Amino acid sequence: MTPTSATLESNFRAVLGADQIRPATPADTVCGVQPQLALEPSTEQQLAEALGLANESKLAVLPRGGGTKLGWGNPPSRADVILSTARLNKVIEHAWADLTATVEAGCTIKALQETLAQHGQRLALDPLWPERATIGGILSTNDSGALRLRFGALRDLIIGVTIALPDGTLARSGGKVVKNVAGYDLPKLVTGALGTVGVITRAVFRLHPLPHHTRSFTISVSSPQEAQELILTIQDSKLAHVALQSHLCQETPPSIDILFEGTEAGLDAQAARLRALCQSAKFAQSSPAVWNARQELWSHSDSQHAPVAQVGPESRRTVSLAAFSFAIAKISALPADLAHTVGLIRGTADSSHLHWKSLMYATGLGWLALEGPANNLHRALSSLRSGLEQRQGSLVLLHRPAGLPTFDAWGSPGDSLPLMKAVRSRLDPFHTLNPSRFLYGL
Amino acid sequence: MMNTSILDEFRSIVGDHGVISSPEELHTYECDGLTNFRVLPRAVLLPSSTEQVQAILRVSHREKIPFVARGSGTGLSGGALPVENGIVLSLARMNRILEVDIPNARVVVEPGVINLDVTGRVQPQEYFYAPDPSSQSVCSIGGNVAENSGGAHCLKYGFTTTHVLGLEVVLPDGSLVHLGGKTLDTPGYDLTGVFVGSEGTLGVATKIILRIVKRPECVRTLLAAFPSTNEAGAAVSGIIALGMLPAAIEMMDNLAIQAAEAAVHANYPDCGGLLLVELDGPLAEVEALMTQVDEICRSNGAWEIRVAQSEAERALVWKGRKAAFAAVGRISPNYLVQDGVIPRTALPQVMSEIERLSKKNGLRVANVFHAGDGNLHPLVLYDRRIPGQEEAALALSMKILELCIAAGGSITGEHGVGEEKKCMMSKMFAEPDLATMQRVRCAFDPMQLSNPTKVFPTPRLCGEKPGEYVPHPLESAGLAERF
Repeated sequence: MTPTSATLESNFRAVLGADQIRPATPADTVCGVQPQLALEPSTEQQLAEALGLANESKLAVLPRGGGTKLGWGNPPSRADVILSTARLNKVIEHAWADLTATVEAGCTIKALQETLAQHGQRLALDPLWPERATIGGILSTNDSGALRLRFGALRDLIIGVTIALPDGTLARSGGKVVKNVAGYDLPKLVTGALGTVGVITRAVFRLHPLPHHTRSFTISVSSPQEAQELILTIQDSKLAHVALQSHLCQETPPSIDILFEGTEAGLDAQAARLRALCQSAKFAQSSPAVWNARQELWSHSDSQHAPVAQVGPESRRTVSLAAFSFAIAKISALPADLAHTVGLIRGTADSSHLHWKSLMYATGLGWLALEGPANNLHRALSSLRSGLEQRQGSLVLLHRPAGLPTFDAWGSPGDSLPLMKAVRSRLDPFHTLNPSRFLYGL
Repeated sequence: MMNTSILDEFRSIVGDHGVISSPEELHTYECDGLTNFRVLPRAVLLPSSTEQVQAILRVSHREKIPFVARGSGTGLSGGALPVENGIVLSLARMNRILEVDIPNARVVVEPGVINLDVTGRVQPQEYFYAPDPSSQSVCSIGGNVAENSGGAHCLKYGFTTTHVLGLEVVLPDGSLVHLGGKTLDTPGYDLTGVFVGSEGTLGVATKIILRIVKRPECVRTLLAAFPSTNEAGAAVSGIIALGMLPAAIEMMDNLAIQAAEAAVHANYPDCGGLLLVELDGPLAEVEALMTQVDEICRSNGAWEIRVAQSEAERALVWKGRKAAFAAVGRISPNYLVQDGVIPRTALPQVMSEIERLSKKNGLRVANVFHAGDGNLHPLVLYDRRIPGQEEAALALSMKILELCIAAGGSITGEHGVGEEKKCMMSKMFAEPDLATMQRVRCAFDPMQLSNPTKVFPTPRLCGEKPGEYVPHPLESAGLAERF
């Protein structure tokens, strides 16, 4: 331990036990920056006090849950302390008859879902890496999957939150009831804020029943245009599907997955109706495994999580294999812009000699894996972002490959940036939390 | 203090017809749907564009003049109550539907657009705008955004905040910002989510991007009569336990039923607890679930069950429910409307406590609930002519809110805190909670000019009392309903 971290440690001993403080190791590195200490408070009060101490000492604090998405966002400009929620991992209350649950931030999604399932309920969300991802982490990164089409995003599921502010304040907003308009909706402010306005210590969610039966179908189509038409037809129909996604990539024609939940009788009727809508398109019942597609984008990457398709022989001729990198971006476009977006991706990828694979949801959100030389990736990502922003969309870089020249992960918030900065500076005036990790140095 | 030259400056922005400053005309704006708080503003301005709103707020910012934005004035918590010596910004003239985008299921509106007109516009394509406060035929989308309005169908479809994707907002210093957008997850903080439900304290929304929803294949409405609200409540628990999410579950007690019958002759059974359950979705699904709902109701003691057989019958069932507030005027000279929320499972306990308090105080309480999400609307009946009764009714009404807080609930589910319940905020939240909200407010409005006296408690106002329910003139005329 360096002398600095020894001094730091003794500071934190005022609020934490010896077993809750340890020197940081290379495993604690975030985007190449290694902090000095890792803290593991066991209570919300301890967490708030430790944060308050760090703030007083002008230390930079990186909150951490399961560590599955620590690479998201820009690299921190400073990092002194990892503030882990690992010991805040309890499901505090499952009020199953009220369809709500109160859970600590460090609880994993899987552990929460297992508790809820005992009463036939769930948090109707399908985030990445549920075995390790924590409530605090998915909230801070606003992670959502295909179920969002029917059940909404975390912003629509969270009904209450407790956050620790850098000055050591522990503040609650929202409540335990689904319907509540008393005070500002701060649960929404912290959702997707990448831990930059406060550290989430607990959250309250509205729940949904687990489905009695589910059925998935896959429809093969010949082109992105056909995929878009069919998706818009389904969206404009009276089908009550809960998820709808399309797979689009360089090598194979697009396919569309659709998920239904309900009674057996209801599912039969919906399947018949879907078949009629699909007309001549090839249509088959599929395995629920198709809904793992988002996570699979990461499964071949060059880091702990990552992508994609095999690199074709043709592009290998142009660059050496060692120079290949993978990037994964979240893209957002208007739902009816699907074919245009795919055209944009294809054009950009082709001109930069990149391989690509994407998964697009009917909400207009999508995930794109790109593979190729790092410099080309940078050019392609910039160009794609600009193309998407021209049509009111956005591109956020999630998986940043080693060797990628500096590239802002977020893109532009437009004219609301000064207001966002004002919000940040009211809650975290010294930029103690995740400094420089959020957009434009927020 | 506003002088004539400032008024002239406002006139130069909105024109002579855009300024109301004579006391007799200002009386129209002295209150909203909560009529016993009344304050005369110095002037009412009626801008017709975002640029005019910006120009007005630049002046009010320079001169430190507080302002209150107002939509249709149907709010029930005094959110649009003017501030003394301040201005009211009526957004009634900004009432254009700017864009209808069916493929993307988006509609862009100005704040003065009436809630039901959004559905009206997309009805031909079989879409609807889901949040349905009962005042939806008169209330404005801007007002809905301020209050995060709910409605009977938010059980399944969510609240206003679920359906607002983006906002154009004029901040209290006159600057313009765009929050959110037509696409999801725009980069940065979810300030759209913070703004919706902020009750006009963070600025003025001048454009709103809404999400619309495809109409379900079928809708079925069931009415079940129970001996009391306890059995009806047990049936609701049974429905939830079976894993159903109905579009709406509403409950009325006997006094509310009597009132609704007297007012609109909805042909409700005379019972102790009436349940209204609406399911929607694909036909086969709805029919299968309706059979289960029927069984659950019977097994919990329902002695009469009816399923509306036609759209006209369904409309009548809802008319009785939605008219319930105004209908109470048929059985009591005066009454207070309350809006509290409890975890639904606390219903029997809270109901029996309300009944005990009602008996103890010699005041009748009629109960109307959004039973699916535990949102109570107790109506405290009284007669102002009897000395002391109004005060007793007010005290009882606040006592009911305290019951809600004690049960782990909220002081408002959809009407907002406004002027009426700001003193209850410190009972629901601790000081650090409120201070944190204030910090967010200061980021938007450092000079505290935007609806400055609402939502948050200020000690000097804490002795003031909430108000009696007086039907909106449109409501009395049968042109509008609310709950």
